[in-house]
Amino acid sequence: MSQVLVVTSGKGGVGKTTSTAALGAALALGGNRVAVVDFDVGLRNLDLVMGAERRVVYDLINVVQGEAKLQQALIRDKRLETLYLLPASQTRDKDALTSEGVARVMEELRDSFDWIVCDSPAGIERGALLAMRHADVAVVVTNPEVSSVRDSDRIIGMLDAKTEKAERGEYMEKHLLLTRYDAARAERGQMLKVDDVLEILSIPLLGIIPESDAVLNASNVGSPVTLAAAESAPARAYLDAARRLEGDVVPMIIPADKRVGLMGKLFGRRAA
Amino acid sequence: MSTAAKQRQTIRFRGRSFLATVLAPELPLGEWLAELDKLAGRSQGYFASRPVILDVSNLPITKRDFTELLATLYEREIKVMGVEGADPSWLGYGLPPSVSGGKHAEIVHRPSAEPPKPQQGFADRPIPSLLIETPVRSGQSIIFPQGDVTVVGSVASGAEIIAGNSVHIYGSLRGRAIAGTTGNAAARIFCQKFEAELIAIDGLYQTADEIDAKFRGKAVQAWLADDKMNMAALA
Repeated sequence: MSQVLVVTSGKGGVGKTTSTAALGAALALGGNRVAVVDFDVGLRNLDLVMGAERRVVYDLINVVQGEAKLQQALIRDKRLETLYLLPASQTRDKDALTSEGVARVMEELRDSFDWIVCDSPAGIERGALLAMRHADVAVVVTNPEVSSVRDSDRIIGMLDAKTEKAERGEYMEKHLLLTRYDAARAERGQMLKVDDVLEILSIPLLGIIPESDAVLNASNVGSPVTLAAAESAPARAYLDAARRLEGDVVPMIIPADKRVGLMGKLFGRRAA
Repeated sequence: MSTAAKQRQTIRFRGRSFLATVLAPELPLGEWLAELDKLAGRSQGYFASRPVILDVSNLPITKRDFTELLATLYEREIKVMGVEGADPSWLGYGLPPSVSGGKHAEIVHRPSAEPPKPQQGFADRPIPSLLIETPVRSGQSIIFPQGDVTVVGSVASGAEIIAGNSVHIYGSLRGRAIAGTTGNAAARIFCQKFEAELIAIDGLYQTADEIDAKFRGKAVQAWLADDKMNMAALA
């Protein structure tokens, strides 16, 4: 049975697009047929992170408005043959997304994919609401920082009220993905701790993605971090998170990049 | 400091609801006004002392038409106290404020022979209660003027509970708790972990800054005595 997953957060810049690409690729690595859908109309980014920006012809809006067929707009990933991207339009605005049109596209995607991963725009307006509307499960991306936590709380409230599932009176499954986590800073009290965030948001934890250069490097080369640097700490955390989405029980650890010895740290710092 | 300043009463905000007549003009305005005059002619002075809300949502008019309409209504002694659905740029200094979110109510237009019954006090009748079993999320607002609100879970920063009587929170209170909104000074606020942004009882407000820091993170109750907010830790 196909699952529609929305990656959302309320706040911008917390890692929704990075997480959409990384989780989408991780699910596809597990043998699933996956479509990642960019809902950030007007500020599209997912095509860049997926490295498909030079192959975009048609987009979500064209399909929603019936100007192109779904098969024409879907871009197949060059690295994984079960991973597809449905890009957003950069030239149109969010008003071009109609509620009925999005519903029709989602139904059509359900027919041919196991997972449909929707990258929500930031904010709590129409675009974000349309992205979450048809979801079966939500991943709430949060940084360990007060403003991000409060915005996530707001989005959780909307997931419980404005999705089709919630309107049918069903329970909307929600998972917390804590990104840009720096254990050392959390220990020094410069960041919220995992337990504090969990206590405030009270939804189950899907994974903790450590802050790492590997994420930025992967974006720069146009590849999900789970494909570009599969051995890196964030990639391992995303791969574990994807397995948990599929229902596997995976012990929760915060992966760390290879430890640099004390000498290395000293010299590293001196060199920098 | 002068004694006058010392004795200054704390400013209190209270809610009160009034029933307003809503007028929703239709195009063409000339015909609508003629119809209105015919109606008003039947009961002289109907609008003289009544609050009126002008509903111009879905009315395709310009700012100029709108100000002219207000002036025409004023000539008929219809004083508009608020406008619903107007373009925000139409309103400003000297014009009625924008209102929204009104609830529908029937206006019964007949004089009552009996004097109105005195309002019952909170002590004389059973207090209804509302039970919330999920966390109250940021941006959500639970409004229950009829009585008590009990939350089994936390109230997030940026969320609010507004109750006619007491507020009970079995979890952390990080947002706002407003008790006794209908003028009930006996209402109280109870919570398991106090991290509130603001609490209020019967219109008497206190922000987090004004509250003794020793209550942070504790189980506390708050109540009013002699028009002053009191707080104590729950053992």
